[in-house]
Amino acid sequence: MMTNLLFILAGALVLVGLWGILTRRNIFKIIIGFSLVDTGVHVFLVAIGYVKNGTAPIFDKEYSSLHSLLNTVDPIPSALVLTAIVIGLAVTALMLSFAVRLILKNRTLLVDGKKELKW
Amino acid sequence: MIKRFFTIILMVFFASLFFPLVGLISDRDSVSSLAKDYLVQGRDDFGAANIVTAVVVSYRGLDTLGEVTVLFAAAAGISLVFKGLRNEGKDKKYRVNPPSEILRTGARVLLPLIFIFGVYIFINGHLTPGGGFQGGVVIASGILLAFFAGNIKELNHGFVTFIESAAGFSYVAVGLLGIWLAGGFLDPRFLPMGEFGSLFSAGAIPVIYSLIGLKVGSEMSGIIDAIRSY
Repeated sequence: MMTNLLFILAGALVLVGLWGILTRRNIFKIIIGFSLVDTGVHVFLVAIGYVKNGTAPIFDKEYSSLHSLLNTVDPIPSALVLTAIVIGLAVTALMLSFAVRLILKNRTLLVDGKKELKW
Repeated sequence: MIKRFFTIILMVFFASLFFPLVGLISDRDSVSSLAKDYLVQGRDDFGAANIVTAVVVSYRGLDTLGEVTVLFAAAAGISLVFKGLRNEGKDKKYRVNPPSEILRTGARVLLPLIFIFGVYIFINGHLTPGGGFQGGVVIASGILLAFFAGNIKELNHGFVTFIESAAGFSYVAVGLLGIWLAGGFLDPRFLPMGEFGSLFSAGAIPVIYSLIGLKVGSEMSGIIDAIRSY
């Protein structure tokens, strides 16, 4: 149940972000679209790792390994999302710095005038 | 108009690709077999209380090395973009308002706490949620506050670059030590395991995460400085 709800949320976030990337003309809104796709993928990965009634895979002294198997979520998607968040941050910062460069060159936020990479 | 039409077609295509998954998957009752191995052996292998840290730093340590490299590449790209801008716009001068009394006093109280909190997060990465990336970003947020409050006027580039390259070099050196003294690249077991759940435990995992924290913190501070000094 929980996984399905999170999947719907992730799909909606990815689609909203994709819509923003494809239809907006303001460069900042395009970058926000990329961030939304990013977040949707993170939610999707975390949802894949969810186990029914699971908790964080962090042990203390009383917590035995066998007991933990039944009660923790999958640690691998969590580790992947940790990586993905950092990379997403770096890529967003890089996109924003390119945006600053473009805006200073063209004196506008809109990408209409950019014909170089148009399909 | 035709473009809008193609966009809608593409969205419908992606939606039809994605949403059938929702019905297929229900809540899982157990973790995958690989995760089972990590959960059972992670504690005996590395003595790390936080299994996600054991996965990030040891089992998948090479991925994390690649991640740090990508972060470095992004930071280098941002510095490059803004360095070019600085040379173009030398004559423009922006008027900067001096920091207010509240900001200056608040920064004096908060800055030590923020730095201690950042260091706490990355040296306790093997015990609690957190680790090098999160702690490094917290430290960089402290640097940003110090810039706003006027505590530092100019970041010492030589110092920041030295910390960043020393941390990156030591990270790879610790990984290579793992080849000679333990099982393989980035194997943290060449240091004593210590008592489970204490600060000095889990072999070299706290060392590796502290190095990552220093590297990420100095990289993020470099990004902030590159953007600020334009």
